[in-house]
Amino acid sequence: MNPFDIPIQALLGQLLIGLVNGSFYAMLSLGLAVIFGLLGIVNFAHGALYMMGAFGAWILMDRFGLNYWYALLLVPLMIGALGVVIERIFLKRLYKLDPLYGLLLTFGLALIAEGIFRDQYGVSGQSYNVPDALQGATDLGFMVLPNYRAWVVLASLSTCLGTWFVIERTRLGATLRAATENPQMVQAFGINVPVMVMLTYGAGAALAALAGVLAAPVIQVTPLMGSNIIIVVFAVVVIGGMGSILGSVLTGLALGLIEGLTRVIYPEASNIVVFVIMAIVLVLRPAGLFGKEH
Amino acid sequence: MRPATLFYIALLALAVLAPVLGLYPVFVMKLLCFAIFACAFNLLLGYTGLLSFGHAAYFGAAAYTTGYLVKTMHWTPEVAILGGMAFAAVSGLVVGAMAIRRQGIYFAMITLALAQLLYFLCLQLKLTGGEDGLQGVPRGNLFGVLSLASDTTMYYFVLALFVAVFLLIRRIVHSPFGQILKAIRENEPRAISLGYDVERYKLLAFVLSTSLAGLAGSLKTLVFGFATLSDVHWSMSGEVILMTLLGGVGTFFGPVLGAGIVVALQDNLADKVGSWVSVIIGAIFVVCVMAFRRGLVGEALAFFSKTRKPHNLLP
Repeated sequence: MNPFDIPIQALLGQLLIGLVNGSFYAMLSLGLAVIFGLLGIVNFAHGALYMMGAFGAWILMDRFGLNYWYALLLVPLMIGALGVVIERIFLKRLYKLDPLYGLLLTFGLALIAEGIFRDQYGVSGQSYNVPDALQGATDLGFMVLPNYRAWVVLASLSTCLGTWFVIERTRLGATLRAATENPQMVQAFGINVPVMVMLTYGAGAALAALAGVLAAPVIQVTPLMGSNIIIVVFAVVVIGGMGSILGSVLTGLALGLIEGLTRVIYPEASNIVVFVIMAIVLVLRPAGLFGKEH
Repeated sequence: MRPATLFYIALLALAVLAPVLGLYPVFVMKLLCFAIFACAFNLLLGYTGLLSFGHAAYFGAAAYTTGYLVKTMHWTPEVAILGGMAFAAVSGLVVGAMAIRRQGIYFAMITLALAQLLYFLCLQLKLTGGEDGLQGVPRGNLFGVLSLASDTTMYYFVLALFVAVFLLIRRIVHSPFGQILKAIRENEPRAISLGYDVERYKLLAFVLSTSLAGLAGSLKTLVFGFATLSDVHWSMSGEVILMTLLGGVGTFFGPVLGAGIVVALQDNLADKVGSWVSVIIGAIFVVCVMAFRRGLVGEALAFFSKTRKPHNLLP
């Protein structure tokens, strides 16, 4: 298909979907980077936490009749608490070991979560309605912008920027970064590093769950959504490198857009374009775009 | 004679007699295929310290290649197996060359992502039959003369190849090349400062491991007569990690035992508990990582020889 024959509406529509997916990539890779920075663990369960976030929203609506806005608040808190429990029971005991063990453990946890949800809800998707306040679309003149999609992009970008601000510009963030560099020294200054580490994992889990709640109305909520996205997010993290927060956010958004663009120009390749870009980046810039090797 | 040698001889005798003893040959063949796969994976993780999270790609790529060569091109099985291994080796060379540019945890993520790339290719290409995969692949005649259609004949063919791979891996590990791999696993900067071209050794280990994983995939296609998407799926990569971890990373017999346990579990549980198989596999992962990182064989070895130093399983 000749790229100049594509109707501008279709192009903009796909780019918007790409931007929405990109915001999820950004939020998830941000959480991965924060967790990796402080815990030294690549959290394979991040996809499962995202999936549980989406299911959390769906279950709150289905069982308890609690609407989207409650879900947006409650689900990240609950999954964050679950993250704290996981950190206390499992991850805490792995910090002295090779980081590969953390990857294997969280992979096991992801399999458990996926298996339980698959047993309960099957693999066919559940649909979750767009909340009333965000239904409909706004005509921008050159394109029709569905309100919910605009909200997702706005909400996740503000979350990412908020996280960036907390980590890079506040006293808490400075302590966090110091603990990443030298935990013993920060501990010696009288800061309770283990509690900080625990809360960081909880916050990362909450971030993944928030992405899941935001995603619930625009995708099919299925137990497999977590493992599908986490592998793409790993590729995003390899491309961007886990050293820089803004770097991982930008990489996530850019790859979402490229994926959207590919879906217009050559749909067959839209599944693989991120992996191909990863391969190209590895050849040209082995350390990643914003990366510093650990 | 050393106890280990006696143990292996007894086990081999049992394997040779298995069809007579009434063990279901297809089950034992499946076990042996996965044992080859896990041994190949262990060569990389256990003796070189590289965790590939995408080994299903080579297993599956070879499974598809062999299936295609036998079914469509009517090649004889031994040549088709070599074709599958060659394809796995070339894919391993390409992926390995990219992945070893990054260390540790990134290596795992890169191999996983590139394996997913292959998965989508198998899903979308016409050549691989999309969702259906390649069905009805005949076993053919070995060297054009010996028909493998009988399960017993096929069984001895698979067993012979398994023994060959097991001995080959022992030979590799005990060779000077294998010693250098272990030196890299223990301390990469030291190996570099001793003048070894570490990247080339890692790449060669990666290609060896992927070709043997390919052999496992090719054999699996011939045994069952099909190659499907589950052969290239990431969960297959997870399974081979589990087999190796459960049996014992960096032990010779561990991966074989691990493959036996996981295959037996799946065969017995799949129709009874449905999705809980994935929960059980996940739980075994968690228990292995938390409680016995040396795996069953590793723990047993440590128990029987208290004087042995607890060895480092991962770098």
